[in-house]
Amino acid sequence: MSVVGMTIAAEGNPTRERAVANRWARLARPALGLLLPVAAALLWETIVRMGWASGRLAPPPSVIFATFVDLARTGELQRNTLVTLARVAAGFGIGVVIATVLGAAAGYSPLVRRLLDPSLQALRAIPSIAWVPLFILWLGIFEASKVTLIAVGVFFPVYLGLMGAIQSVDRKLVEVGRTFRLSDVAMVRRILLPAVLPAYVISLRSGLGLGWMFVVAAELMGASEGLGYLLIDGQELGKPAEIIAAIVAFAIVGKSTDWLIALTAAPFLRWEDVVR
Amino acid sequence: MLVLERVGKTYPNGVHALDGVSLAVELGEIVAVIGGSGCGKSTLLRAIGGLDPATEGTITLDGERIAAPHQKIGIIFQEPRLLPWLKVADNVGFGLGDRPKSERAERVAAALKRVGLSDKAAVWPRELSGGQAQRVAIARALVPRPEVLLLDEPFSALDAFTRTDLQDHLLDLWADAKPTLLLVTHDVEEAIVLADRIMVMRPRPGRIFDEIGVELPRPRDRQSAAFDFAKRRVLAALDRSLDRAATGTADEPKAEAGAALWW
Ligand SMILES: Nc1ncnc2c1ncn2[C@@H]1O[C@H](COP(=O)(O)OP(=O)(O)OP(=O)(O)O)[C@@H](O)[C@H]1O
Ligand SMILES: [Mg+2]
Repeated sequence: MSVVGMTIAAEGNPTRERAVANRWARLARPALGLLLPVAAALLWETIVRMGWASGRLAPPPSVIFATFVDLARTGELQRNTLVTLARVAAGFGIGVVIATVLGAAAGYSPLVRRLLDPSLQALRAIPSIAWVPLFILWLGIFEASKVTLIAVGVFFPVYLGLMGAIQSVDRKLVEVGRTFRLSDVAMVRRILLPAVLPAYVISLRSGLGLGWMFVVAAELMGASEGLGYLLIDGQELGKPAEIIAAIVAFAIVGKSTDWLIALTAAPFLRWEDVVR
Repeated sequence: MLVLERVGKTYPNGVHALDGVSLAVELGEIVAVIGGSGCGKSTLLRAIGGLDPATEGTITLDGERIAAPHQKIGIIFQEPRLLPWLKVADNVGFGLGDRPKSERAERVAAALKRVGLSDKAAVWPRELSGGQAQRVAIARALVPRPEVLLLDEPFSALDAFTRTDLQDHLLDLWADAKPTLLLVTHDVEEAIVLADRIMVMRPRPGRIFDEIGVELPRPRDRQSAAFDFAKRRVLAALDRSLDRAATGTADEPKAEAGAALWW
């Protein structure tokens, strides 16, 4: 079709053309991101199939997939995923509750902030993994120390995010609340809460990301079950496919939980003026 | 009646923003406050609104002392200050939180209709134009039926056409319930179109320097000779207020020189 012809067609039904183009763009954009990994996987698969590499240490996608399916069939994958998920959930829950209480207090009250924030900032400077030996001494090598480590990881982004969000609430909107003589409770519920929600959700998501990072650290340190245990197991038995299958499981579950937060928050954030 | 008696305000940082401001405004009167930048107009309005209480003197509304935001006093700011997480209708009904739902919906619908934005009820604030947003802010302030409405340069962020449009609209709305309007503005024409009285302030410390009555019948024709005459009187007063503030002594009226002023 000539350029002129295309122009005429486009003018013929502009809204429909645009709708089609939009749908294309919506499908094409994520697809574009898939191009590279899929191409790399195919390439590696071909190389191993052709016998140009053994694929013993870096198994091709088909082997990883088979291992994944195997682990799922024996139920090992589900069991270990659930154990890890439970640890993250517990650590995340505890971390978020404490961070929310302290972050809200420090954001709301300058006195609490002056009292609390310097100590917490000092603690934050310590790489959290450094706590592990102490946690193990105090809490033993079982669940408590793992959950505590995850909670510590989750705590800081949520605390900082919430405190910052409360401090940067638009004073002009608070004034609107004052002119309508809102009580303290109403001010929190009708102005502060909605105003901090976007930043809070972001901090929850980054907290969760750290939670997943720390559960790996905790499980690598010694665990008899969990996805991290599969990693160690694969390493000790020389089964790279099992390691990668566990990594894939981590990625899937981690992304799903993040997506769950985003999805839960979405109805409350529809007002946000953002480019989607 | 809104009464200010020798109201003064010194900010914690030592700035003496208001000094001995006395003023009595009848119910239903429209008073404009005009003056150079930094002469304490916003400070005065915020004190009456109870947002930033005065440090000297008293402010009373119908004999009741004002030291905090009062139910009978509504405020409209320079920016619309709509809550971005509430749809337009919920923004308009924001001050009716204590009323039954049906009454709230009814009054919100009526107010939106009155400002000509019924079709925007279910829209987010970010989807409004500047003029529409300010109209929503006006509706929000009027819905609780305040006795006094304070406006701090409410239209200064709008283009000239939208501004005159909203001035006329404000007068229309005012005619419904005739609340007292106290309006801060930089725009001499705006003051003359709207006000019964114009208070001219001068700075350091903020004082009322002159008072000019506007006795033109409404609606006021911006092109008329009488309008032009009123404008020249206000400009001259403004000019004198600046002169006095600058030198502290000069008292000579310099009538025509006001055209090239600072706003
Ligand atoms: N929160 C504050 N703290 C300290 N000083 C202030 C504060 N707000 C205003 N001032 C000072 O008080 C004086 C009067 O300020 P105000 O905002 O009332 O002026 P204005 O007449 O409204 O000026 P403009 O026309 O520019 O809005 C100024 O000198 C200003 O610097
Ligand atoms: Mg001002």
